[in-house]
Amino acid sequence: MKEDLNKIREERAEYDKALASCSSRDEVGFITTSSEPVDILNTPADIEGFDYLRDLGLPGSFPFTRGLHPNMYRGRLWTMRQFAGFGTAKDTNQRYKYLLDHGQTGLSVAFDFPTIYGRDSDDAFCEGEVGRCGVAVSSPEDMETLFDGIALGEVSTSMTINGPAAVLFAFYIHAAEKQGVPQEKLRGTIQNDILKEYIAQKSWIFPPRPSMRIITDIMGFAAEHVPQWNTISISGYHIREAGSTALQELAFTLADGFAYVEAGINAGLDVDTFAPRLSFFFNAHNDVFEEIAKYRAARRIWARHMKENYGAKDPGSWLMRFHTQTAGCSLTASQPENNIVQGLAAVLGGTQSLHTNSMDETLSLPTEKAVKIALRTQQIIAYESGVANTIDPLAGSYFVENLTNKMEEGAEKYFEKIKKLGGVVEAIEKGFFQREIADAAYRYQREIEKKKRIIVGINEYVEEEKPDIEILKIDPQVEVEQHRRLKRLRENRDSDLCDKRLEDLKAACRGTENVMPRILECTRAYCTLGEIVEAIKEIFGTYTEPPIF
Amino acid sequence: MAKKIRVLVAKPGLDGHDRGVKVVAAGLRDAGMEVIYTGLHQNAEAIVESAIQEDVDIVGLSMLSGAHMTYFPKVRNLLDEKGASDIMLIGGGIVPDDDKQKLIDDGVVVALFDPGTKLQKIVDFITKSVSKD
Repeated sequence: MKEDLNKIREERAEYDKALASCSSRDEVGFITTSSEPVDILNTPADIEGFDYLRDLGLPGSFPFTRGLHPNMYRGRLWTMRQFAGFGTAKDTNQRYKYLLDHGQTGLSVAFDFPTIYGRDSDDAFCEGEVGRCGVAVSSPEDMETLFDGIALGEVSTSMTINGPAAVLFAFYIHAAEKQGVPQEKLRGTIQNDILKEYIAQKSWIFPPRPSMRIITDIMGFAAEHVPQWNTISISGYHIREAGSTALQELAFTLADGFAYVEAGINAGLDVDTFAPRLSFFFNAHNDVFEEIAKYRAARRIWARHMKENYGAKDPGSWLMRFHTQTAGCSLTASQPENNIVQGLAAVLGGTQSLHTNSMDETLSLPTEKAVKIALRTQQIIAYESGVANTIDPLAGSYFVENLTNKMEEGAEKYFEKIKKLGGVVEAIEKGFFQREIADAAYRYQREIEKKKRIIVGINEYVEEEKPDIEILKIDPQVEVEQHRRLKRLRENRDSDLCDKRLEDLKAACRGTENVMPRILECTRAYCTLGEIVEAIKEIFGTYTEPPIF
Repeated sequence: MAKKIRVLVAKPGLDGHDRGVKVVAAGLRDAGMEVIYTGLHQNAEAIVESAIQEDVDIVGLSMLSGAHMTYFPKVRNLLDEKGASDIMLIGGGIVPDDDKQKLIDDGVVVALFDPGTKLQKIVDFITKSVSKD
C-alpha cells in the first residue's frame, strides 16, 4: 500500500472536527456485543505496518487467516450439522433419519443431563430430567438403538459429551463394531473439552487433574486406533453463552487448547500425532464484524503458536478447524420468530461446520418444522446468497483487519495473565475465568436495562401479545421406558463379567495404563454408563465449585 | 433501618446453566438484598434446609433443564412440610406457558420470570411481595 499515512492522518483530523458538529444517536452505546467501543471509521492509518503475506497469506497457507483450504467452499461446503437429541434413543434415531433425508450432512448428538453427568436414567438424582434436554443414553444398547439403520462407516457424528466422553466414545465404537464397521473408518468428534466445563458449562464429574489424564489417554488411544476421530472440540461456545465477551471466548478457548497440547506433550506424545485431531467450536453472536474478526484471529494465533511455540512440523497441526453454532443466548423468548440467524458471520469467517438455532429453542427443544427452517437457512446461505463463491471477502477492509489485530493483541494479553496465575488449571481453581465471565454477563444485562444496547423485542419494540408457537413436549413415559430398558439389560447380561471388567478399569485408573481399552472392555460386557463412571469416581473422586456471583 | 430482605437463589438438579442465576443474584445484591446462592447441583432437601437455616423470605429456583415440573412442587411441598409455608417460592428460566400457568394456579410458585426479564422487575416483585407479609 502506497498511501501517504501522514496525509491521511491530516485529513482525518479535519474529518473528526467536522464530525463534532454532526448530531449523533449517542444514547445507544455504539459498542460491540462485547461492550467494546466501535470506531466510526477506519483508514489505512489504523493498520499501519500491515504486511499481507505475514498477517494474512493465501487461503490454505500459513498463518491461515483467510481460511484453511486453498479453494474453501468451492471445494466443499461446510458441514450442515444440526445438534439434536431428545427422549429415548428411538425417538432421536427417527429425528436423525428425518434430518439426513432433508439434506443434513453430519449428525450431532445432544445428550440429556443424566448422560452428560455420567448417570443412568434410573439414578434417583435424575428424576424429572431423563430425555428432557437431549437423548438418554445409559447403556451400550441405547447407543446401538440411537444409530440403528444409520451406517456409521459413512456418516460423521459429533457428540457433545465431556465428563464421561471416554465412555460414550467407547459406546460409539462398540455400536459401530456391531454394524461391522472397524474403528479406523469412524469419523466424528467428541467434545471432551473438560476445561471449559469448569470455566463455563459446569457439567464436570471428576476433578481437573485426573480429567486431563483421561483426555490424554483418549488422545493416545485414538491416534493409534481411531485416526480420523477428532478427540477434542475445544469449545468457546459455552464460555460465550455463559456471558463472556468475544475476546474472552477467543482467549480462554485458545488457552484451553494450548493446555491440552501441553498435557499431551507432557504425557510423552509427539505433538504431531494428536494436534491434527484437535478441533474447535465457536459461538456466532449478534455483532457480525466482531465475530468474523474473532474467527480470523483464532486461525492466525493457533497457527503461530503451534508452529513457533510448540514446534509442530505437520501443517495439519497448525490448522484451527472449527464448528460454529449461532448464539442460543441471543434468542428471545418474547419474539422467537425475530431471531436473526448469525450463520452468515460464521460462513464469512470460514467455518468448517455450522448449526443454526431453531426459532423455538428459547422455549423448548426444537420441533421438526422449526429445525427444518433452520437447516433451510443454511442451505440458502450456501446456494443463494453467493457468499460461498469467494474466499474471505472482507480481507483488506481497514475495519476488519484492525479488529482482527485487536483481537489477537487482546488474546495475547490474556495468555500472559493466565500464565502468571500458573496456567489454566490453576486459574480455574482460583476462580479467575468464572469471575471474568460473571462480571461480563452482569455488565451486558445492565447495558440492556440502560438501553445502551437495543435488543428488539426485549427492551425496544416490545409486544405484549405472547407468541403462539408449537412446542416439543417430552412425554414423562420416557423416564419409565428408560427404567424398564435398564432393568431388562441388567437382568440379561453376565454380571460377574461386568464386575470383573469394572475392577480392571479401577486398576488402570490407579496405575498409568491407558484407560480407554479398559472402558471398551466394560462396554463389550454391557456395563452401563453410570456403573463405569462410578468405578472411575471411586479412584478419581468428584469436583465441586465454590459459588461465585 | 428496615430489615434487609433475605433471598436464597438455587440451582436444583443437574442443570449447569448458571449465567441467569448469577446475574439475578448480583442484581438483587446491588438492590440491597441479602442474597445466598447455593451453587450448582442441589437436591430439593438441601435447598429447603438452607432456606430454613438462613431464615430467608423468599426462594428463587433457576431452571433451564426442563425438570421444573419435578422440582418446583418438590421444594414447595418440603417447605410446607417443614413448617416454612411463609417462605415464598419464585423461579426463573425456561418454563413453557402451560406449565407456568399450572405451577401458578396450583399455588406452587408466586411468579416465574422468563430469560431476558429486567432485573428491576424482579427486584420490584420481591420487594412488594415481602413487604405485604
